[in-house]
Amino acid sequence: MSILGKGESPFLRMKVTAAESYIAPSPWRLLRRRVFGHAGLVVGGTVFLLIVLMALFAPLIAPYDPYAQSLTNRLVPPIWHENGTWAHPLGTDRLGRDYLSRLIYGSRISLAIGLATAVISGLIGSVLGICAGYFGGRVDMVISYIITVRLALPAVLVALAVVAITGSSLHLVILVLGLLLWDQFAVVTRSATMQIRSQDFVTAAEALGCSKFRLIFSEVLPNVMNPLIVVLTLEMAHAILLEAALSFLGFGVQPPLPSWGLMILEAKPYMFFSGWMILLPGAALFLLVLAIYLMGDGLRDVSAPENRN
Amino acid sequence: MLAFTLRRLLLALLVAFTVSLVSFALLRISGDLAAAIAGPEATAAQVEAIRIDFGLDQPLPVQYVEWLWGALRFDFGNSFFFRDTVANLIGNRLPVTLTLGALAILFALAVSIPLGVVAAVKQNTWVDRLALTVAVSGQALPSFWFGLILILVFSVNLRWLPVSGSETWQHFVLPAVALGYYATPSIMRLTRTGMLDVLSSDYIRTARAKGLRPNRILFKHALRNAVIPVVAMAAVQFGFMLGGSIIIETIFSLRGIGHLMYESISRKDFPVVQAILLLIALIYITLIFVADLLNAWLDPRIRVA
Repeated sequence: MSILGKGESPFLRMKVTAAESYIAPSPWRLLRRRVFGHAGLVVGGTVFLLIVLMALFAPLIAPYDPYAQSLTNRLVPPIWHENGTWAHPLGTDRLGRDYLSRLIYGSRISLAIGLATAVISGLIGSVLGICAGYFGGRVDMVISYIITVRLALPAVLVALAVVAITGSSLHLVILVLGLLLWDQFAVVTRSATMQIRSQDFVTAAEALGCSKFRLIFSEVLPNVMNPLIVVLTLEMAHAILLEAALSFLGFGVQPPLPSWGLMILEAKPYMFFSGWMILLPGAALFLLVLAIYLMGDGLRDVSAPENRN
Repeated sequence: MLAFTLRRLLLALLVAFTVSLVSFALLRISGDLAAAIAGPEATAAQVEAIRIDFGLDQPLPVQYVEWLWGALRFDFGNSFFFRDTVANLIGNRLPVTLTLGALAILFALAVSIPLGVVAAVKQNTWVDRLALTVAVSGQALPSFWFGLILILVFSVNLRWLPVSGSETWQHFVLPAVALGYYATPSIMRLTRTGMLDVLSSDYIRTARAKGLRPNRILFKHALRNAVIPVVAMAAVQFGFMLGGSIIIETIFSLRGIGHLMYESISRKDFPVVQAILLLIALIYITLIFVADLLNAWLDPRIRVA
């Protein structure tokens, strides 16, 4: 051995090269592999991204102004009907407004409602949930009670009644839904925080004398982020469906805004003769919500593969 | 068990009281009720007259106590629109909604339990994946749109079932499906996870080792135990359905309390709105209470917590 010198043994060299050639995949690479290996996440994410792009670039994509009426071109059927024309590939509504353009602009409303509501309710719910989970005891009791009361109130009916009194608008719908839909956030962050609270690294940080604020923000919050994001997607879908339902009942977004739910309401008198008028906005709604659900389910699998079942 | 029951009962009563307070406050502080009733064309004097007529000039706590005192005796006052008491109106409409809810939950159970069982037995095969996909797409269907599509397909094109109304049993088929499918994904998932848990347990292995027929193991031994949490979940879903019935009843013109709620909101008939809100919350609280007791009775571990 001494003649050969350090690291010159043929066996030793083999070992070294083997270790060098095997590069452990970086966390990012692992994540990428998991994300792109998940069919639901890829499909849902792609569709969602396309709809987001459609909403962002609506003025460039939409062939017409979604509010421009043309009373001579009313109720033009879509292209797959006999009387359809390429001028209006998806037809026009009862005021002669281009249906395709209205559908494209409608994605803006659904996405705005979904995102804004999820952010408001996410803030309320996670503050309540983290406080309940972190402080426990009396605080937990009071917050759990608030959650129980909230769950006992039927969200659709409360939203309808409140909107009926105050008068409805896009901002009001966002506010009301945001103030109503925080329950799942609270439930999920509460139990996640409880689990993290008892872990050694939190105790260690506590022993080091970290402030409560710092403990919550730099120890607990990053660790409840995964379930929080999953709930965020699911609640976004929930809010989008609720807005559509409210608008369909006439108490949500008001005309002439091209909300998909409102379009279905406006098409309802014509549904027996022009079924496509309710089919198209409903299909758009279904596609968006399905994409979000697939994304949410996928994110849950990717972020916590151990509890997939 | 008795201590647990009493504790839960106390909690349920407390929640019911808080819910009544919150729902009352929500309707009173979110806008000027008198102005809303009077309509946009009313003069200031007319609004004042309505305010005094309906007792809306009283301080809020006084109004609440009076309302609550009445509510405890099932006296919710008179409807602004119908010449009838609110209690009568709701009493007449409630059977339709309860029938609809019961049919919807039956439909949901009939679809989701078999699907869940098959998905669990054939775990990680295409059958399982198909069942899950069906469940996810079910959740993404907007219920009002699904209801309209059902009308278009089964009433207009095929002419099998009536479009709207609540006279015969045929009138309930489509609404029950439209309302019930929404609960299927969650019940299906719960059945599936429950079955997966049970199927990997020791007593199932014992049953298999004894040489029992697979079907007997599946239905007599496994499903029986897996279905327990499903029953509790079904109770909760039934509560959600009563809230969701406002949309379905409006589409199918079923004259239940959901439809009444919609009409009353449109007409600013607030005594009715208030009463229905409270009623549905109370039914939900009762269902949760019963589901809790059921779970605790079946699983003693819950009683301690």
